[in-house]
This record gives sequence, structure tokens and C-alpha cells, in this order.
Amino acid sequence: MAQYAVLIFERETPGGVADIPPEVLEAHGALPDRIVEAGGRTVAGLALEPAATATAIRGDLVTDGPFIESKEALAGVFVIEARDLDHAIELAKMTPIVDGGVEVRPLLGFEIVEAG
Amino acid sequence: MLAATARVTRDLDVAEECVQEAYVAALGAWTRDGVPDRPGAWLTTAARRNALNALRRARTLAAKLPLLIEPEAEEMPATDEDPIPDDRLRLIFTCCHPALAREAQVALTLRLVCGVATGDVASAFLVSEPTMAARLTRAKKKIAVARIPYTVPEAAQLPARLDSVLTVVHLLATTGHTAPSGDELVRAELLERALDLARMLTVLLPQHMEAQGLLALLLVHHARRDERTDDDGRLVLLADQDRSRWGRAAIAEAHELVDAALRAGPPGRFTLQAAIAALHAQAPSWEQTDWPQIVTLYGELLALWPSPVVALNRAIAVSMADGPRAALPEIEALARDERLAGYRYVPAARADMLRRLGRSGEAADAYREALALTANRAERAFLEARLAECGG
Repeated sequence: MAQYAVLIFERETPGGVADIPPEVLEAHGALPDRIVEAGGRTVAGLALEPAATATAIRGDLVTDGPFIESKEALAGVFVIEARDLDHAIELAKMTPIVDGGVEVRPLLGFEIVEAG
Repeated sequence: MLAATARVTRDLDVAEECVQEAYVAALGAWTRDGVPDRPGAWLTTAARRNALNALRRARTLAAKLPLLIEPEAEEMPATDEDPIPDDRLRLIFTCCHPALAREAQVALTLRLVCGVATGDVASAFLVSEPTMAARLTRAKKKIAVARIPYTVPEAAQLPARLDSVLTVVHLLATTGHTAPSGDELVRAELLERALDLARMLTVLLPQHMEAQGLLALLLVHHARRDERTDDDGRLVLLADQDRSRWGRAAIAEAHELVDAALRAGPPGRFTLQAAIAALHAQAPSWEQTDWPQIVTLYGELLALWPSPVVALNRAIAVSMADGPRAALPEIEALARDERLAGYRYVPAARADMLRRLGRSGEAADAYREALALTANRAERAFLEARLAECGG
């Protein structure tokens, strides 16, 4: 099994987390079990506060806001184990999304461990 | 980590060599046999046997193919009596995986499935060899690092993934058909490679009618290929081509394939395009073409595949069925469609309508507009001749 990060990008709303529909939150809660049922595993997951709360640091310069401004902001990340990219895509498609999408990226990590 | 990546890359290159040897042999077998008299029977017996024999001879080489990205043991499909065609299918599905950019899909297919040298792939797509080599390396690295699987997609995903494969094969053929620039209108080799791939897909996925549709479409292109330019390399319009010199055997095979695909159920976009091409190929002359039927088929195609290019072709067919006056408003609307901005066939079609309506001045302006967008020498010569006719 290989590990992939699933990056969740969502269009932000004024109310932030409070605007997330309850059924979406519920679906997020059920996601790890659904992933197991589909033959994968959730290794870790994090949800982020809105981009407005971010602080960017480039060299010595500290500024308000996220490092990259975009219509859809990074809202969360989870790490899954999947057999291959097709399996990872199948699992990532289960992510509950309000108005945005996800990006799947292979992780370097396990290769480092394997190669010593 | 570097060591691990290098290991995968090296294996991929080994596999690449194996693929070339194994598949060039198979393609040779198919090319040698040419177009058969009874294609249906030929496809199910001789082609399969020939291809399989060629592939079997390379069994030990092909055995190294799974060094690409091997699916985990429990995911390996049950092996039937012919595991080797599976390998070939897996490779093409890997090369045409939607996680790769379309240009990388086309390049990988030519390089890995057809065994075309990197330099030749580069010149087919009008980029330098180092650029193409870098593009191929990036794509192979993504296959390895992201673990794009070396499998035939499961049934639920197969139609969508097959569409991607067929699109790549069609793109290969059209790049060969009308090279976007340069002196050669027809790049025969690319078209032939595409034809070989399409034939292979019909043999390996006989239940998927769209593969047959694509093969039929390419056969018609192939049949007309030598008549598309005259002895001086100038473009000859479909209307003016010597139909007696079209490849009748290929057209007959295409016709048979289209009929079978149409009988099998609602046609897909390649089958519809093939049906249109076959109707053209069967007509005794441009004027005697069944234009109303072609308009209907383009209508069905447009419903399935709402592309402005299809709409343009439909409008041209309307001009033949009902006259240029009926078609002009549609073409003028398409000229305002920003998806077609810079598409040379829009001003060329508009110029043709205006010329046929006797509006020479406007036609000349439209021919000039088309010329400004056209790099292909054969097409330029044609447009310049028409412009001169309009007194431009």
C-alpha cells in the first residue's frame, strides 16, 4: 500500500466552519469507516481554520493571510493508504465537498523509510 | 529515496525496451497482412492468431512488463489462456491514464506502445528532441511516483477510460492526417500507427463497439489518404478527389464495421463520425452524397458531443443539403464563439459560403483571415487560389 495526501480545497464562506452543512460534517465523521470498507485506510486527518486566520512568512517578512491566495482555500488534509493511484482516486472521491474539490498527491515518506 | 526512485525508473526503462521489441513485432505482423477481404472473419481468427504468435515469441520480454507498476497480488485479474494481450492493453491504459496530461498520453503511447523513437515522436509534435525526452521522463516519473496502476480498468470505469484511449489514438491519426504545419499534408506513418492501435483494440476489446467505430473512421481516412494531395503536394478537396483511386477494400471494411457498431446499440461519437465518413466514402460524387443523412448524423453527434467543431461540420453539411444561405447564419454565429477563436476552418468555411453566394469582396476578406491562421503549405496554396478567384 502507498500513502497519499488528499488536500481539500473549498470556497470559503463568511461564517467559516459554522456554515458547513451538518450533513457534510457528519459525512466527514463517517469517512474513515467508508475508506476501510473500500479497502483503504485513513492514516491521519486535519481540518484547518479559515484562510483569514493564516499568517504567511517569507524570509523575515511576516504578513496576514495564506501563502497562496486562491478562490478555493486549503481547508483540510488527510492521509490515506491505497493500493495505487486508481484506488486513491476512488477513495478521495468519497470526500464530502460543499463547493470545491480535492487534490491527491503521493507522499514521499514511506519511500524514505523503505530505502533506509 | 533517490535510490528507490532510480530503481523504479531503471525498471521502467528496461520494460520500455521490452515493450518496443515485443510490440514492434506484433505491429509488423498486422501491417504485413494488410486489409483482408472478409474483415470480420479475419479479425476473429487470423489477426488474433498472428498477433498472439508475434506476442508469444516475445513472451519472455513481455514478462518483464509488470516491472512498471505491478498491482498488488490480490488485485491481479484471474489469468485466462491468453495473458499476453492483457499486458498490451494494460500498457495502453497506463499510457492514457487521465492523471497524465493529454500531450504526455499521446507521446507515451507512441513511445512505449508503438516503439517510435523519441526523436521521431518529437518531430511528429514539432518540438525538439530534448523537450520531448523531458516530457516523457516527467510522465514516466509520475507513473512511478504516483503509482499509476498497470491494469485494465474495472468494468465500471472501462467505458470512460477507453474513451480516453480512443481519443489518444484518434489524435495520433489526425496529427498524421493534417499536420498543423510543415510541408507534408499527410504523415503516413502516424496514421498507420494509429490504425494498428485501433485494430489491436478491436481485437482485444471486441465487445466495445466504439473501438470498431474508431477503426472504421481511421480506415476511411486511410483509404482517401493518397488522394488528399495532388502530385505537387497541393490540397485536393473531398469534392474534387478522384474517387476511383480511393482504397475500396478499406472503405468496404469500414462500412462493415460501422454497420456492426450501429446494430449493436446507440452509437458513440467515434461510430457516428465513422458513419459520416463512410457515407462520404460510398457516395459516387460530392454532389451525390446523401447530405440530409449526413446532417442528421452530425445532429446526433452534436447531441452526444457538444463541440463547436462538430457544429461547424454540421453547418457545412447543411450548406450542401439546403444551400449556403441556410448555413451562413450558423457559421457566422460560430465565428463569434470564442472557443473557436483562431481556428482556421471557421473563416475558411465562411469564405466558402460567401463565395458560393457571389459575395466576392466579403469572401476575399474571409480567405485572408483564414490564410493568416494557416501554416500548412498545402492548405495555404488552396486558400490563395480561392482568394485569387474572388479577385483578392
